[in-house]
Amino acid sequence: MPSLKEFRNRIASVKSTRKITSAMKMVAASKLRRAQTQAEASQPYAARMAAMLQRLVSKMDAGGAAPLLMAGTGRDQKHLLVVITSDRGLAGGFNAFVARLARIKIRELLDAGKDVQIICVGRKGRDALKRDHGSKIIHTYEGIGKKRLSFADAQSVADHVLGMLEAGDFDVCSLVYNQFKSVMTQTPVAQQLIPLQAEAATTATPDEQPQNEQGALYEFEPSEEEILDRLLPRNLAIQIYRALLDSAAGEQAARMTAMDNATRNAGDMINKLTIKYNRARQAYITKELIEIISGAEAV
Amino acid sequence: MDKLTDKTFQFELVSPEQVLASEQVYMVEIPGEAGNFGVLADHAPLLAAVRPGIVTITAPDMSQKTLFVAGGFADVNNNVCSLLAEEALPLSDIDTAALDKEMADLKDDIVFAKDDQQKVQRLQRRVAVVEAKLYAVRQAA
Repeated sequence: MPSLKEFRNRIASVKSTRKITSAMKMVAASKLRRAQTQAEASQPYAARMAAMLQRLVSKMDAGGAAPLLMAGTGRDQKHLLVVITSDRGLAGGFNAFVARLARIKIRELLDAGKDVQIICVGRKGRDALKRDHGSKIIHTYEGIGKKRLSFADAQSVADHVLGMLEAGDFDVCSLVYNQFKSVMTQTPVAQQLIPLQAEAATTATPDEQPQNEQGALYEFEPSEEEILDRLLPRNLAIQIYRALLDSAAGEQAARMTAMDNATRNAGDMINKLTIKYNRARQAYITKELIEIISGAEAV
Repeated sequence: MDKLTDKTFQFELVSPEQVLASEQVYMVEIPGEAGNFGVLADHAPLLAAVRPGIVTITAPDMSQKTLFVAGGFADVNNNVCSLLAEEALPLSDIDTAALDKEMADLKDDIVFAKDDQQKVQRLQRRVAVVEAKLYAVRQAA
């Protein structure tokens, strides 16, 4: 049986842990709000970009050589995975889920005899993948979105990917990240970026459909191909930006949930410890009383 | 300037980070890749690349607003004109002193990065944007 002092110390330490976790929860909640607003603010741009792209692509399929970004290299040998996680832990299963999906993907690709390269965005992803696939990690971005996630961050990742594409370093590029479904759920998803998949181009809102029929009358300035050439890299950056925002919001949401649970668990633990402490105290008092009484009786 | 038409159309200026304008307007002047162009109501469908420069928005009451855009794409269709800008901000928010400093920094960076072609290209793109910003402010002043 631990002494009373030991109980007191344990209760005090669990209480201070609870203080920390509840503070972290508050911080995550306020950061989550900010991240969510930012994610919503990026929606109009992404939606219009998708609509514009679809309009162009629907006209392009008849035309000759499609750009590299859309058609890919025509091979399917070298794969590049961009794995987006957070820099910080203590966010429940947030990073573990992405890492697991990434590992499954890598296994599948390796079993199929493909080459795999990895770019990690966020330190936790690198840490998780380093042990099994350390040699395949070619670059890690850290500290992205430490203050406020800006489009320039996504652009620098996109530039890196584009540079590799031009150098012929990979044939297929996919993003692995946590999609923000709601505060309670973030789902890890793998999304293919290059070559552009048909479904990625059809994310346009349904009400764009009727306007599409007017597509034949469109004027392009400069030419269609040139616009497409410029639009596709933009689209890549936007997709990455959107994934980064989703991941940032998801991270805060996951941390908020995890810290909420931790705070509640600490509360439960304090209650249990307090009961034990009281019992021990009463036992001690009873013991002393018995000693006094039996001492008095002996006299 | 006389009004050519009483019709208005929906103009939307969006950057990846926010929606900067979404309103009924009389006319918009956009710095297109192949030269500036004005959009009035009932413009023919157009998809144009936009270079860094000034966008002038004329409201139905003929008041004007100017914004800087750092390149992007303009889409005119069905009396909706959406301008997808890489970056956009009101002219009044541009800080010339900060830009001059950024320009000097970028030029230094280019000298340092001269072996890395990709980096140089990226920096040059930023220089072009800063130059356009400076030019836009001086024009307006």
